[in-house]
Amino acid sequence: MNTESNVLRESALDSDRVAAAIAVQTHPFYWSVRRELWENRWIYVGQLAVAGVFLVGFLFNMTRWLDKLRSLSATDPARYWDTASLPYNIGAGALMATLILMSIFYCSDALYGERRDRSILFWKSLPVSDTTTVLAKASVPLVILPLLTFAVTVATHLIMLLVSSIVLPASGVSLASWWKELAIFPMWGMLLYHILLAHVLWPFPVYCWLILVSGWARRAPLLWAALPVVVIGGLERLILGTAHFAAMVGTRLVGGNAPTDITTGEMFPTGPMTHLTPLRYLGSPSLWIGFVVAAVFFVLAVRMRRYRDPV
Amino acid sequence: MSVIEARGLRKAFGTTVAVDGIDLRVDEGHILGLIGPNGAGKTTALNAILGLTPYQGELKVLGRAPWQEREQLMRDVCFIADVAVLPRWMRVSQGLEYMVGVHPRFDRGKAEGFLAKTSIAHYSKVRELSKGMVVQLHLALVMAIDAKLLVLDEPTLGLDILFRKQFYDSLLNDYFDGSRTIIVTTHQVEEVQHVLTDLMFINHGRIVLKCSMEEFEARYAEVMVKPEQLAAARALKPIYERQVFGRSILLFDQVDRQNLSALGEVRTPGIADLFVAVMSNHAGSAQGAAR
Repeated sequence: MNTESNVLRESALDSDRVAAAIAVQTHPFYWSVRRELWENRWIYVGQLAVAGVFLVGFLFNMTRWLDKLRSLSATDPARYWDTASLPYNIGAGALMATLILMSIFYCSDALYGERRDRSILFWKSLPVSDTTTVLAKASVPLVILPLLTFAVTVATHLIMLLVSSIVLPASGVSLASWWKELAIFPMWGMLLYHILLAHVLWPFPVYCWLILVSGWARRAPLLWAALPVVVIGGLERLILGTAHFAAMVGTRLVGGNAPTDITTGEMFPTGPMTHLTPLRYLGSPSLWIGFVVAAVFFVLAVRMRRYRDPV
Repeated sequence: MSVIEARGLRKAFGTTVAVDGIDLRVDEGHILGLIGPNGAGKTTALNAILGLTPYQGELKVLGRAPWQEREQLMRDVCFIADVAVLPRWMRVSQGLEYMVGVHPRFDRGKAEGFLAKTSIAHYSKVRELSKGMVVQLHLALVMAIDAKLLVLDEPTLGLDILFRKQFYDSLLNDYFDGSRTIIVTTHQVEEVQHVLTDLMFINHGRIVLKCSMEEFEARYAEVMVKPEQLAAARALKPIYERQVFGRSILLFDQVDRQNLSALGEVRTPGIADLFVAVMSNHAGSAQGAAR
């Protein structure tokens, strides 16, 4: 009896100690995100590769850009910013397109890959909840990829700035006026704003849908995810003769109609004439409908992680 | 203290019943061998115990409902479900870091100690390791967890005999300490016979036989019967009879060994022989079944 109560007390102490250890030592969410970064090294390798290819292109087209800049500075100062910033915006655009493609591929494999290679049986043998796992996976398109894209874009711009400040004075373009017109710091600020609002929060329901289907499909999750869009879009076309649904999904995905800003007379939403409209964006009902839809898909994705077996 | 308690545990996939109302109690400090033919429901039963699949009936593992509380349960339970489920992209060092990061009862030093006895390098990726090394790595990770229950589902499938022997040796010598509980399923029955403390046969989702190894040794006897004694031996109602090199070997359940020794050489049967006997009887009638 005595030994039994000792054992009981000991095991109670033991579990207390474990509870304390859990509070101090383990960080399942942090390590789940680390795991995603280990597993998906292609996301930063890909970004860096695109940046590298772009920089080579920039160097090769340098003389043409300089000629244009030289002629513009005298004749058409109003169009000066567009030309001065053109390579910078094209670079940012290329990396944003990469961001969208990577988010699509990442999400459509998020809960599928671990089922395909059966490693889900290893992950599930550890004290990490399905919610934590799915949250860590959703944080890749929501936080990791956009910040990575922004960082790579800034690094690319820095290299371009360095090259420009050597080449511009040598070819007779005023460095001071170019630097003043380019306004790189406001440009970066608007770029970050644009990435987060138009390319992360706006398409987030689409990404959650992809994660959900990746947890359900037995093969080809990307095709399964596209199927309802094709079917609903096709039916709408046949019955109503319109294409609103497909257009809505498409613009969501590329951030096309996000009410983040009003651009006047510029090609890119990062120019000095861009008028940011965060309140209009936050007040837009379709943003919040999108969040609700994303939340529903997220909850269903957690359930999928819990129920579905390896494929 | 009971580690697993199941009453009327049932699991059906559509019209196929994989686990058909199992009552089970496994106490602390036991090594239970779960033996059954393919499709008998072993893996399904284990999946229910590990919180990987929903089920009907009552089931408590370490006092928790596995399906509802998998995350908390996995602090005290670890398992190797099937061989080669470690992610192929993972480096050994990443595996160690990750385990330290998420598991409150993982002892990195212990795992490093186990790995030092193998030829697995820290910077290797799982995809670069041989099948045997992957199992060694998984076992090193799992044995470094101070868990109360370890579940092994066909842990040595496809490994050569040296690795299999090493696997069970290190399990017994480096891990099992009398207060832990281990459940293992395997088709290489003879190799675990000396490891087990308890034995359970399962077929068509039901428990066909459950006994401790002491009971097993006391209850079952195998006699290589001299030809002239065959009729007398058969009168004692053997549960199974087989021929080896022209001699008859009869398997008896609860027959006094004194009586048997007159018939020929008496010994304790192998688990595999009893398994064959029980399964073939079970196919016809329920003879030989016990609870």
